[in-house]
Amino acid sequence: MRLVILEDYDQASEWAAKYICNRIIQFKPSQGRYFTLGLPTGNTPLGCYKKLIEYHKNGDLSFKYVKTFNMDEYVGLPRNHPESYHSYMWNNFFKHIDIDPNNAHILDGNASDLQAECDAFEKKIEEAGGIDLFVGGIGPDGHIAFNEPGSSLSSRTRLKTLAMDTILANAKYFDGDLSKVPTMALTVGVGTVMDAREVMILITGAHKAFALYKAIEEGVNHMWTVSAFQQHPRTIFVCDEDATLELRVKTVKYFKG
Amino acid sequence: MPSNKSVSDAPIVQFTNCRILRSHRLQREDLWVREGKILNPEKLFFDEKGSADIQLDCKDSIIAPGFIDVQINGGFGVDFSLATDDFKSGIDLVSQKILSHGVTSFCPTLVTSPPSVYHQVLPQISIRNGGAHGAGILGAHLEGPFISKEKKGAHPEHCLRTFEAGAFQDLLATYGSLDCVRIVTLAPEMKRSSEVIRELTKRGICVSLGHSVANLSQAEEAVQHGATFITHLFNAMLPFHHRDPGIVGLLTSDKIPAGRRVFYGMISDGIHTNPAALRIAHRAHPKGLVLVTDAIAGMGLAPGRHTLGQQVVEIDGLNTYIAGTKTLSGSVATMDTCVRHFQEATGCSVETALEAASLHPAQLLGIEHKKGTLDYDSDADFLMLNDSLYVQATYIAGEEVWRQDALGM
Repeated sequence: MRLVILEDYDQASEWAAKYICNRIIQFKPSQGRYFTLGLPTGNTPLGCYKKLIEYHKNGDLSFKYVKTFNMDEYVGLPRNHPESYHSYMWNNFFKHIDIDPNNAHILDGNASDLQAECDAFEKKIEEAGGIDLFVGGIGPDGHIAFNEPGSSLSSRTRLKTLAMDTILANAKYFDGDLSKVPTMALTVGVGTVMDAREVMILITGAHKAFALYKAIEEGVNHMWTVSAFQQHPRTIFVCDEDATLELRVKTVKYFKG
Repeated sequence: MPSNKSVSDAPIVQFTNCRILRSHRLQREDLWVREGKILNPEKLFFDEKGSADIQLDCKDSIIAPGFIDVQINGGFGVDFSLATDDFKSGIDLVSQKILSHGVTSFCPTLVTSPPSVYHQVLPQISIRNGGAHGAGILGAHLEGPFISKEKKGAHPEHCLRTFEAGAFQDLLATYGSLDCVRIVTLAPEMKRSSEVIRELTKRGICVSLGHSVANLSQAEEAVQHGATFITHLFNAMLPFHHRDPGIVGLLTSDKIPAGRRVFYGMISDGIHTNPAALRIAHRAHPKGLVLVTDAIAGMGLAPGRHTLGQQVVEIDGLNTYIAGTKTLSGSVATMDTCVRHFQEATGCSVETALEAASLHPAQLLGIEHKKGTLDYDSDADFLMLNDSLYVQATYIAGEEVWRQDALGM
């Protein structure tokens, strides 16, 4: 595992964006040979998305031959609801770049058969040749995507009921009204992300520090599902100084080299 | 990549590098158009997997909904209250020329005229969509003849009438036909006006109060019967008085029926209304302000003498008077000039100034679901303006119908 520690949120975002940009450019994607990217939502990756958009607008990066697979989506929320992950991806990323809409995959939380939707998503990833780089975040409880504490570390894309903690944390996006917050979501499994050829986890802010500590300094544990990536051959954790607040000084010095 | 052919073959145009007026704010968003309507690009992306066929760089322009002028008596030598042989080509000329002022829809206005004029002219006005040929016609605005003698302004006294005898039937007989009539201005203190107002409102015609000496309660009663507009506020009505505000008092009246809003026309040419008065009205009731030009035949022409229905008017700069008097008669200001002047005089935001000429007139006429905004699925009638609110280009149904040429002429 690599642990890349940047000074602050902006620098961490820029480092991550540059990494993604370089990966795509080095891959030299073309007709029939797409670069596949797994993508997150939430506050953490916003800075990274902004930078990627900047590189695109500068003419340095094209998404013409990039396929994307988002990690999750709420169940039962209308697709055009401002808090849906479709809206998030459109407003914060897709509308600013040149990606082919046929190549932007997001789980459909309003599908009539939700498990079939999840299975079809796994199939699409397989048909695309697997994921080259899966970008993710981490919850304060150490979850990746909606794989909350207790999720199997070999799980696949499936329907998940959300933990009360998550619902409470999300209430602020739904006018503070708990009854409006979705209680279920479709999510890629830990196993699904582990299948990616490379994984990059973005972790910024002091409120994520404890989760980072549990994820990399303690053992692999289904209570902190991001810890599964200790067993992935190619993982990078990109964080800012604040996110390292619960790590041993020794660990931080080691990775800062 | 083109749109999903199972939904539509039509080309999709994406206007980029612009600031669009949406949800009352200027936002840095692209404007998408297909088949003459504003398109929802998120829906296009996810539902149809479509994208733009053509992308146009708007060089950081402001994009606003096209202006709607609900009171314009003519222009460029054409007078809508004159029953000439070439009336149709006259209205075509004006509708084409006002595109350069940012007007994409209008209500040709007829001042007080003898019935013969209405009978000849009204059948020649048809409600029609705009396009390269000119701005769209929403219907006629009939200002008079059922107005007050004391407040006739520039209207010819010998043509004034009442509907005391036959109420609505009198009105119908005078005008001949109401098929293409959108707005009627009348004085509500006239006997039997309530019946007339109710009858007009029932037929979907907007009733406006003007050229009147009504007091506030008469005006409020008229609103209760259905009136929703005030013709050129302050002009041709009793001045505001603190114990009887008259028609002006409607701006802050508490007797407006719930869910209804009273709109008021403002000629903000710098002459008809003192900027301080303009500010008072705007601050009292900002959501009701509708910019109108009240333009006359001389608009767009050199100073000198022109007609306004049965009268002769004299133009000197922006001032237009009944020849030989100091009675104001219409204006020669263009709509975009009015928008700029309104913004300067009130210090309001660009968004507010633009909405006074687009959203508010659309709301007045009950057409805001398709005109007056850049909301998804509304008609793609819009303008490109620079930061000083000068119109650079005019679009109707997504097609460019006028552009400021490079030399700025």
